[in-house]
Amino acid sequence: MPKAKGRALVALALMVSTLAGCGGGGGDELVIYSGRNEKLVAPILERFAKRTGVDIRVRYADTTELTPTLLEEGASSRADVFFSQDAGALAALAGRGRLAPLPQDVLDLVEPRFRDPKGRWVGVTGRARVISYNTQRLEEADLPASVLDVARPQWASRVGFPPTNASFVAFVSALVEQVGAERTRAFLEGLKAGGAKRYDNNVLVLEAVAKGEVDLGLVNHYYLYNEFKERPGAPVANHFPGQGPGGEGTFVNVAGGAIVAGTDQDEAARRFVRFLLEEEAQTYFRDQTAEYPLRPGTTPIPELPPLERLRTIDVPLERLGRDLEASQQLLREVGLT
Amino acid sequence: MVLPLAHLGLRAAGGEDPLGQVLTSRVLDLVIDTLSLAVAVTVLAVLVGVGIAWLVERSDLPGRRILGVAAALPLVVPTYVGALALLAAVGPRGLAWEMPAIIGFWGATAALTLSTYPYVLLLARAVLRSADPSLEEAGRALGDTPWSSFRRVLLPGLRPAIAAGGLLVFLYVLSDFGAVSIMRFDTVTRAIYVEYRSSFDRARPALLGLVLVALTLAVVAAELRLRGRPAPTPVVAGRRPAPLTPLGHWRWPAAVGVGVIVFAGIGIPVAVLGYWSIVGSSGADSASVIARAALISAQVSIMAAVLAVVAALPVAVLAVRHRSRLSRAVEVLALSGYALPGLVIALAMVFFAARFLPGLYQTLAILVLAYLVRFLPEALGSVRSSLLQVDPALEEAGRSLGRSRLSVACSVTFPLMRGGLLAGAALVFLTAMKELPATLLLLPAGYDTLAVRVWTSASQGLYAQAAPAALILVAVTGVVLWPLWGLAGRRRLLGAAPEVSAA
Repeated sequence: MPKAKGRALVALALMVSTLAGCGGGGGDELVIYSGRNEKLVAPILERFAKRTGVDIRVRYADTTELTPTLLEEGASSRADVFFSQDAGALAALAGRGRLAPLPQDVLDLVEPRFRDPKGRWVGVTGRARVISYNTQRLEEADLPASVLDVARPQWASRVGFPPTNASFVAFVSALVEQVGAERTRAFLEGLKAGGAKRYDNNVLVLEAVAKGEVDLGLVNHYYLYNEFKERPGAPVANHFPGQGPGGEGTFVNVAGGAIVAGTDQDEAARRFVRFLLEEEAQTYFRDQTAEYPLRPGTTPIPELPPLERLRTIDVPLERLGRDLEASQQLLREVGLT
Repeated sequence: MVLPLAHLGLRAAGGEDPLGQVLTSRVLDLVIDTLSLAVAVTVLAVLVGVGIAWLVERSDLPGRRILGVAAALPLVVPTYVGALALLAAVGPRGLAWEMPAIIGFWGATAALTLSTYPYVLLLARAVLRSADPSLEEAGRALGDTPWSSFRRVLLPGLRPAIAAGGLLVFLYVLSDFGAVSIMRFDTVTRAIYVEYRSSFDRARPALLGLVLVALTLAVVAAELRLRGRPAPTPVVAGRRPAPLTPLGHWRWPAAVGVGVIVFAGIGIPVAVLGYWSIVGSSGADSASVIARAALISAQVSIMAAVLAVVAALPVAVLAVRHRSRLSRAVEVLALSGYALPGLVIALAMVFFAARFLPGLYQTLAILVLAYLVRFLPEALGSVRSSLLQVDPALEEAGRSLGRSRLSVACSVTFPLMRGGLLAGAALVFLTAMKELPATLLLLPAGYDTLAVRVWTSASQGLYAQAAPAALILVAVTGVVLWPLWGLAGRRRLLGAAPEVSAA
C-alpha cells in the first residue's frame, strides 16, 4: 500500500516538525499574561519591547480565564507579569499570595484609591460603569438620575444588562459597599421582576441598545467607542449615573498590572509595569480604548467628564476580590445567574 | 483521561460542604434544563442526520451529490459563530426577519441541532456506503416497501451508528458553552463558566463539573444497554452501488427540505459573516497572520485526528471483540472527557503540565493531548461502529489461512473499516479546528489558531474583523473535508454497474 505509506510519512513529518517548532521558551524573555484583548494591547506591548530591548512573550486570553490559570499553575507558573482587565482578578490573586510587591515609585504614579494598599498591583486605566441609552428613544434629560432607579417598574423592562459578566459582578460588589446589601438586593430584584433583559457580555448589551432591542444598558463606558468603530453613527450615548447632589456616584473599576510571585525577571517586570504608567502608554490607551488614563496629568478624551469632577462610588478596589463571592451568591439568590 | 477527573475531585474537595452545595434546587433545575436540551437536540439531530443520509445515499433526490457534501458543512461552523449568525439573522431586530422565540431553549436547540446533526449524518453515511446492497435487493425482490426495507434491512446495521452519533450529540450538548451563552439558556456548562468568570472560586465549578461527569456516566450506561448486540451488517469489498429508491412526487419537496436545513446550517452563517465583513469598518487581520493561524490550526487538528484514530482502535477492538467489564470501563472512561467543557479540561492540563511536565507545558504537544482527551469519543464512535460491521468470520478465515493477527488486521479488518476510520479522523479534525476554550488556555504564547483569531475580534464586538478569519476557517475545513469525501466515496466508482434506480 504505497499510498497509505506515503500518507503516514506525511503525517509523521508534520508531527515531528510541529513538535520541533514549538520547543524553546527561553529563560530571558519577559512572559506577559494579558487578560486584555490582543487587538487592544499588542501594539503598545511591542513598543515596550522595542524601546527597552526586553524580549517579550505574550499569552492572551480572558482575564477571567487567566486568573484560574495562574492559580492552577501556582508556583510553577512561568508568568512574570499579569495585565488584568479588572481589579477583582488582581485582588483575588493577591489574596492567594500569587503577586509580588511593586516598587513604591511605581505605585506613587497613581492615586491611592486606584491601587492595592499593600502595593501588589496598580491600576493603569479606569473604566466607568455607565448607563448607555438609545438616543432615538430617549433624551439625556429623561434618564434616571440614580442607577438604582433603573430597577423601578417604568424602566426595568427597557433595560439590558450582563449579570454573569465579571465587570457587572464587580459593580454589584461596589453597590453593596456604597448603599448596603438590602438596597442592592432590592435593585437586583427590581431588575428581575421588571423583566430586564439579560445578555452574556457588555458588547451584546450595547448592540441591543444600538438596535433598539432595549432602551438602556448597564455597561462600561468605553464599549460605546468600539461600537462606533463597527457601526458608525449608531444611536447610542453614555450617561454617568449618580452625579446629582447626594447621588451614589458612578463606579470606576481599573485595568491594572502586577508582577507574578516567583518571577525570575524582576527587573524587566518592574520596567514593564512602570512603562504602562508612562505618558506614551497612557496616551495610547486613552486614544485606542477611550479608558481613563490613571496617571494624573494625562487628560481623558474630551467626550468624558474628567475623573476629578466625576462623583465616584468610593469602594476600596482591593475589597472586590473578597466581595466577589458574596455578590455572586446574591445574584444567585435573586435568580439572575 | 483520568487527569481531568482527578483534578475535578481535587478542587471539589477543597470547598466547604460539597454535598450541600450540589443538592440545591438551582442545581436540580440546571440539570433538568440541561437534560431537556440534550434530549431535544439529540432526537432532532438523529432524525435530520439519518434522514439526510438515507436521502443522499439511497434515493433519487435531485442534486443529492452536492447536497450530500453541503449537508456535512455545518460541522465546520463553530457553534458560537453559528449561534451568533442565527441570532443576527432571525433574532430580535434580525437582519432578515424576526423570530423572538429563537432566544432561550428553542434558539439553543436550533443552533445546536444545526451544528451537530452532521455527526449522525457522517456516521450513518459511512454505514450506508459500506452496507452490502444484495440484502436490500433481496428484500425488495421479496416485496419490501422502501420503508420496510429501511426498517428491516438498514436500520439494524445503522443502530450502532445512530447510538454512537446520538451519544456524541448528547455529550456535545452537555459540554457546549458557545450556543447556550449566546442564546441565553442556562445549562450546567454555562453555570461552570459563570462561576469561573464572576468569582474566582474553584470549588463550585469543580462540583458542577462532577455533576456533568455523573450525567455522562448515566447516559453512557444507558447507551451501552440500548446498544445491545447488533447483528453485523456484512460488508463486501468489491461492491456494487446500492439500489436507489425513487421518491416520486416527494423528490422536490424533499430536496427543498434538505436545502433549507443545509442553508440554515451553513448558508446563514456564511451570509451573515459576509455581510459583516462588508458593512463593518474595523480592519481585518493581515493575510499573513490569518495564513499562519490557518497552518497551526490545520497542523494540530490533523495530529489530533491521527492520534485519536490510532488511540481509538485498541479501545474499539477491546469493546467489540473482547467484551468484558474492563473493556466497558475503558470505553466509559474514554467517553467521560467529551461531556466536560473545554475550560475544565484545559485547567486540568494546566495544573498537571505546569507541575509535572514543565518541558512540555506551553508547547503544542499539550494542546494536542487536550484535543485527544476531549475528542477521542468522536473517533471511537465511528471506529467502533465500523468495526461492528466487519464480520468476524472474515478475520477467522484469514487466521485459518495462517496469517498472523496483525497481518489479518492490516489486510482484512482495517481496509474494511476504511470508511469509519476516515469518518472518525474527519470528525476529530473538524471539531479540533473550531475548538476554542482549551485552545485559548493551552496554545503556546505567540501561536495562533483560526478559532482564536475569530474570538479575539468577536469578543470585542468587532464582527467585521472576525468575519474573514471565520470565513477562512469554514473554507479551510471545507477544503480538507473534500478529499476525505473522495476517499470515502471512491469505492462507489469501483462498482461496475452504472447507477440506475432499481424500482
